[in-house]
Amino acid sequence: MSTLMNDWIDISPLDAIPQRGARLLRTIHGCVAVFRTAKDEVFALDNACPHKNGPLAEGIVHGNAVTCPLHNWVISLETGAVQGADEGQVATYPARVEDGRIWVEASRLRRRAVA
Amino acid sequence: MRQKLVVIGAGMASGRVLEHLLEQDPEAYDITLFNAEARGNYNRIMLSPVLSGDKTYAEIVTHDDEWYARNNITCRFGEHVVKIDRDAKQVVGQNGTVDYDKLLIATGSAPFIIPVQGKDLKGVITYRDLDDTNAMIEAAAKGGKAVVIGGGLLGLEAAAGLAERGMDVTVLHLMGHLMERQLDESAGFLLRRDLEQKGVTVMCGASTAAILGETCVEGVMLEDNTGLEADLVVMAVGIRPETRLANDAALSVERGIEVNAQMQTSDPDILAVGECVEFNGALFGLVAPLYDQAKVVAHTLLDQPAVFVSKELSTKLKVTGCDLFSAGDFAEGEGREDIVFRDPGRGVYRRLVLEDDCLVGAVMYGDTTDSNWFFGLIRDKTEVAEMRETLIFGPSFQGGSAVDPLSAVAALPRDAEICGCNGICKGQIEDAIAAGANDLGAVRAVTKASGSCGTCTGLVEQVLAVTLGDAFVMPTSQPVCGCTDMTHEDLRRMIKSQELKSMPAVWQACGWKTSCGCHVCRPALNYYLLADWPVEYHDDPQSRFVNERKHANIQKDGTFSVVPRMWGGITTPDELRAIADAADKFAVPTVKVTGGQRIDLLGVKGEDLPAIWDDLNKAGMVSGHAYSKGLRTVKTCVGTDHCRFGTQDSTGLGIKLEKALWGSWTPHKLKLGVSGCPRNCAEATCKDIGIVCVDSGFQISIGGAAGMDVRETELLCQVETEAEVMEVVMAMTQLFRENAKYLDRIYKWMAKVGLDWIKEQIDDLENRTALAERFELSQSIYRKDPWAEHVKKADSYQTLGDLTLEAAE
Ligand code: SRM
Ligand SMILES: Cc1cc2nc3c(=O)[nH]c(=O)nc-3n(C[C@H](O)[C@H](O)[C@H](O)COP(=O)(O)OP(=O)(O)OC[C@H]3O[C@@H](n4cnc5c(N)ncnc54)[C@H](O)[C@@H]3O)c2cc1C
Ligand code: SF4
Ligand code: FES
Repeated sequence: MSTLMNDWIDISPLDAIPQRGARLLRTIHGCVAVFRTAKDEVFALDNACPHKNGPLAEGIVHGNAVTCPLHNWVISLETGAVQGADEGQVATYPARVEDGRIWVEASRLRRRAVA
Repeated sequence: MRQKLVVIGAGMASGRVLEHLLEQDPEAYDITLFNAEARGNYNRIMLSPVLSGDKTYAEIVTHDDEWYARNNITCRFGEHVVKIDRDAKQVVGQNGTVDYDKLLIATGSAPFIIPVQGKDLKGVITYRDLDDTNAMIEAAAKGGKAVVIGGGLLGLEAAAGLAERGMDVTVLHLMGHLMERQLDESAGFLLRRDLEQKGVTVMCGASTAAILGETCVEGVMLEDNTGLEADLVVMAVGIRPETRLANDAALSVERGIEVNAQMQTSDPDILAVGECVEFNGALFGLVAPLYDQAKVVAHTLLDQPAVFVSKELSTKLKVTGCDLFSAGDFAEGEGREDIVFRDPGRGVYRRLVLEDDCLVGAVMYGDTTDSNWFFGLIRDKTEVAEMRETLIFGPSFQGGSAVDPLSAVAALPRDAEICGCNGICKGQIEDAIAAGANDLGAVRAVTKASGSCGTCTGLVEQVLAVTLGDAFVMPTSQPVCGCTDMTHEDLRRMIKSQELKSMPAVWQACGWKTSCGCHVCRPALNYYLLADWPVEYHDDPQSRFVNERKHANIQKDGTFSVVPRMWGGITTPDELRAIADAADKFAVPTVKVTGGQRIDLLGVKGEDLPAIWDDLNKAGMVSGHAYSKGLRTVKTCVGTDHCRFGTQDSTGLGIKLEKALWGSWTPHKLKLGVSGCPRNCAEATCKDIGIVCVDSGFQISIGGAAGMDVRETELLCQVETEAEVMEVVMAMTQLFRENAKYLDRIYKWMAKVGLDWIKEQIDDLENRTALAERFELSQSIYRKDPWAEHVKKADSYQTLGDLTLEAAE
């Protein structure tokens, strides 16, 4: 799918998510987990583990990875790729912090007027 | 005829401009120089040595009156420029106007003042110029208490300086660790430790609510209502480019005055330089780039081509007496690799961030000798593949050895306690080894170290290895995880003997190889720290498995189960009604009677949790901790109340026990059972702690299980009164809390330390009471309903937003 990076939306203040934590964003494709790392970087990924749809937002965040709460698969927040022996891929969406607020690129996430 | 150049601001940037301009063409301009400060240019970054008394103002002046005279610059010091009139090409100062052909704005930045009540009180000052510095020196002469708001570079320099001048200083920092912009958590921790050794008190996560006082400051009030006395408040929460003049003159201004690569503003005849400018969206807060800008300004003023390019930035910070350095981008990132080196002995921390075989960032603390070398590698994007292995040791060490896993133990002082049971310190073990004890058995024989519970065996072996070198072969023991070489047992000993009270403290002292641990070590560390330092350490929810973070059991479909406590399995019609109502209201798919004598509401949606908890709270029910590594249930039977065989009030005792133990965190789940007689209807003898009532009193037995392993409990002791039961059980629980490995149930831990050792601890009445008291202290903090707490922050359970609602506009 081609994405024109033209739909950045202001989601919330950075502080709405604890460091090494995540919160959910409801979208037409189901929930997207927005993560905040210890270094205050943010990442947006589908909230479903490739293993058995574990809710990644509930996992433990370490470095730039999250460990799925159900069976401990480790997923890279950068690439959405499953780390280590296991294999799988989670969809990721562009996200960034600006002036203490979280922005997510939503062209793939919401219904658009023009379609 | 000569052109007229007017300069607004005699600071470090414009100072450089004038030097370049005059040396290239002294004749080009008639120069008028305004400065709000009643003085010319001085080296602002040297204000800190002035504050601490190491330098005088005279020593940091860069341009004196004689210099301005020699270069016949018209100085209008102590005079504010109030307006720029672009049509008339005039600058309006407080004492009159001046014409210009070219204008240079170099107004620097203004300290940011947080808009709290009391910010204008006498005794509240910022830290920007000599007047501020003198005000601080004056205040310090009177002694007393100072509060510095802001734990960045400026705040900490002010704090260190004031402390040096004998003030009692407290730093308030909003973020989790000091200088979070330049340092990562670990370096921030070391900085904090060093400042505290200088007598500076540091409070992180502290947000200022108000500054108190009638006419002068008297104190500071924090959001959490902590009050601090203060005779002086220094506000150092950041700076804002000083753009007011440019704004009024309708120049294009974003966060700073926008300039092109020639340093021209939107009006080509007006240039700007220094902290007040914004170039390509970037602001500048350090002198290095300003000096590059200054060169360009000089060229532009002389119609010579020149372009300003902003370079990679490093900050070698000089917070008085602490050695720190950070450069480039040290955030973790895609395809990035961390190399972390810690030397606990020397308090050294180094972190390098690599990306495709190049160094992109570095953080150093304690020893920054090689910082320039590392900065060079970053700036020049040098290929570091070949030296990758030893890179972290710096240039001199190329080809040097790898990190020594024993360094943490090697760094321990002789008086560091290794064996807690027998109070044996590292020194005694070293002496024993020197006297010929060259293996574990021998050391044990002479010192008793690791002879009792044995959990310090790993550390004793490491002391052997450190002292004997190759003469001693380390038996390989399982480290906690890839982040460290230490075992759980080693860690627990280190946390106790070295009084490590925060995660960064442990990471540093135990030579963690990662910057912030992983999902294996963090939950264990979080438990060890809160068990050993209940008062000092604060629980970290982000280091907990979801069930314990959300206080509910996550289900395979991501919904949760909710289990309210039913003390000792006793409930009432009202409680049952409340549960039924909640089940209806929140459309709970499954309501089940658990194996633990209570009711489980399964399939509750995450966002409904606070609401359902609130309802259950209102009916007087609290969390059953069916999710925690902590007290789960105390199963009881009906006992003397109803049963013809009952010998004691097993139900009542069970309830007493559950009310004493609930909320406590333990290495693994803790389940109790109290049966009224040896028929044992409460299955007490397969619980972690089981009590079987008999005519003569109570048999307390431990180490049962009926899960993956099925075990019968073994007798710990028999006592006569309920009061004794309470004390023994609390002492037993505390002993387990203080000594067991994370995720060991009592039976697993008992297999390691032995029932006899546990008996010794509990039978020693003094020790028993002490254990029970320590348990009670911890419970004074943790014996509260987490549900009630979380209901207060219910919104954090809701989604951040809902994009599905944005239907076609
Ligand atoms: C709800 C319940 C089953 C039931 O419907 O009765 C239950 C449910 C779970 N048990 Fe259990 N255990 C329940 C009683 C038991 C019992 C019986 C008892 O407590 O009397 C045992 C055997 C006794 C024992 O613990 O020795 C038991 C032994 C386990 C074990 C094995 C523990 C072990 O050391 O071998 C686990 C796995 C673990 O803890 O690592 C476990 C783990 C679990 C978890 C939490 C699995 C998980 O981590 O998600 C289950 C949560 C289900 C859910 O989504 O809510 N559950 N579990 C019982 C809740 C009791 C309560 O009211 O709190
Ligand atoms: C205590 C301290 C320590 C520092 N340590 C370091 C360090 O270790 N390393 C580092 O790289 N940087 C450090 N800095 C930052 C560095 O000092 C600044 O980046 C630098 O001084 C900015 O130069 P400037 O010329 O842009 O602004 P300034 O040096 O602030 O000069 C601006 C001048 O303009 C005047 N002015 C403002 N408005 C008007 C007006 N309307 N009319 C007339 N005059 C006006 C002001 O009075 C001021 O004198 C430190 C700063 C401070 C305060
Ligand atoms: S026995 Fe297994 S399946 Fe059943 S509740 Fe316990 S853990 Fe879950
Ligand atoms: S669902 Fe994520 S690890 Fe199983």
